Parts: sequence; C-alpha cells; structure tokens
Amino acid sequence: MKLLYFAWLKQRTGISEETVSPPDDVRTVAALVDWLRLRGPGYADAFADLRPIRVAVNQEFAAFDSAIGPDDEIALFPPVTGG
Amino acid sequence: MSPSGTVIRVQEADFDVGAEIAAVSDGQPSVGGVAAFVGLVRDIAGGAAVAAMTLEHYPGMTEKALAAIAAEARSRWPLDGVCIVHRFGRLLPGDRIVLVVTASAHRDAAFDGCRFLMDWLKTKAPFWKREETPDGDRWVAARSDDDRAAERWLATPAPLSEKAP
Repeated sequence: MKLLYFAWLKQRTGISEETVSPPDDVRTVAALVDWLRLRGPGYADAFADLRPIRVAVNQEFAAFDSAIGPDDEIALFPPVTGG
Repeated sequence: MSPSGTVIRVQEADFDVGAEIAAVSDGQPSVGGVAAFVGLVRDIAGGAAVAAMTLEHYPGMTEKALAAIAAEARSRWPLDGVCIVHRFGRLLPGDRIVLVVTASAHRDAAFDGCRFLMDWLKTKAPFWKREETPDGDRWVAARSDDDRAAERWLATPAPLSEKAP
C-alpha cells in the first residue's frame, strides 16, 4: 500500500511518500499506525499521539477504524489549515 | 469557464481577481450578482511577525475535495457559477492565497454560497500552512473557530429559494 505524510508528520517521519507491505493482520488505519510505530524513532515520535492526526484513504477523509487493503493509498496529516 | 460552471484550480502562480470574476459572469445575462472573497497572507499571527508562509497540499485529493465542496454549495444555492483558486508554495505578506467567486441571480445565494465555500474549504481541503517567524518556522494550528464556522452550515438546510434581489 502507498502511504503519504504531510506537514509535521512528513518532517517527523522524514518521509513524504513510501510503499509498504504490512502483515496481513493490518486491516485498519489504526493497526497500520501501530505497525508503523515499530519502524523507528521518527515514526514513534510522529504517531505518539493520534489526537492531532487526520486520515484519508484513497483521497477521501476517513477514520482510524476504516478498513484498508494492499491497493489503497493512505495519507496521514494534521488538521487542515488552508484558506 | 467549464460547461458545468465550476472552476477549480490549485496553482503556485498568482491569480487575477478581475479576470476570474469576469469568467464566472460574462455571457450569462441571468446572473444578477457576483460575490468574491480573497484571502491574503497577514504579516502577523498569534503575536509573532510572519516573514513568509509556505502552503503545502495533497495533489489529487485537494482538487477532489474542492470539487466536492463546490458541488455541495451548488446543491444548497442556485449558483450560476463557482470559482475556487487556491495557491500553494511560499508566499509573502500581502500575497493572495485563495479566491472564491460565486455568481447567482440574486445576492443572497451569492453571498451565502461564497461564505459557505470559504468556511468548508478551511476545514475540508487538504492544505497546511507553515509560517516563518523570528523564533523559527512553525506549522499553523487548526482553529476551533474555523470548525465552528463550518459546522454551523450543517444546521442550515439548503435554502434553494428564489428571493427578491
């Protein structure tokens, strides 16, 4: 699956975009984040607190309990501040 | 102007407000009024001087989100034209960030539609602002006032009525 990070999540992970293959039991955004936290200190720092983090699955706003699969594009970012 | 009467653009370049307003209303004699809002970079925020601002966005999702917001506005008000132009990249104080234009037969729909578009755009379009201040760079935090401004439209059903100008 394709992951994208924006704003301070991009800075903390040090990555803007990556393709990952998490284990089969990673079926929700929440499970994905739990798995990402184990990948290194940057991830652990970025995902220490999920309250200021928002999610999009396939370019639509989604929730942490949203189902995800190998072909999905998942974006993680802080609340938007455009306009 | 697209056939649907909705223009959505996400661009690094500045825009010409007069030209965009003309594009929304020219050749449409049924349009009785056009409302426009232009958002600018302020030189101060949260008590700190802002030397510049950089806007990041999510290419692909941004355009879809703005199109969905425009469609929602058109389902709520009788709008003959909608234009949203939002910039990204590094901007300086006084620079234009965003333009929203609505055209309608009557002013109520144009005013309300324009405000609705700005309120929803601020909370539903994937843009993020980073400010350069004397104390270093900082990401702009989302404001609860903006959430409330967007949420109040949820309690307001679509007034698709024809009112006197």
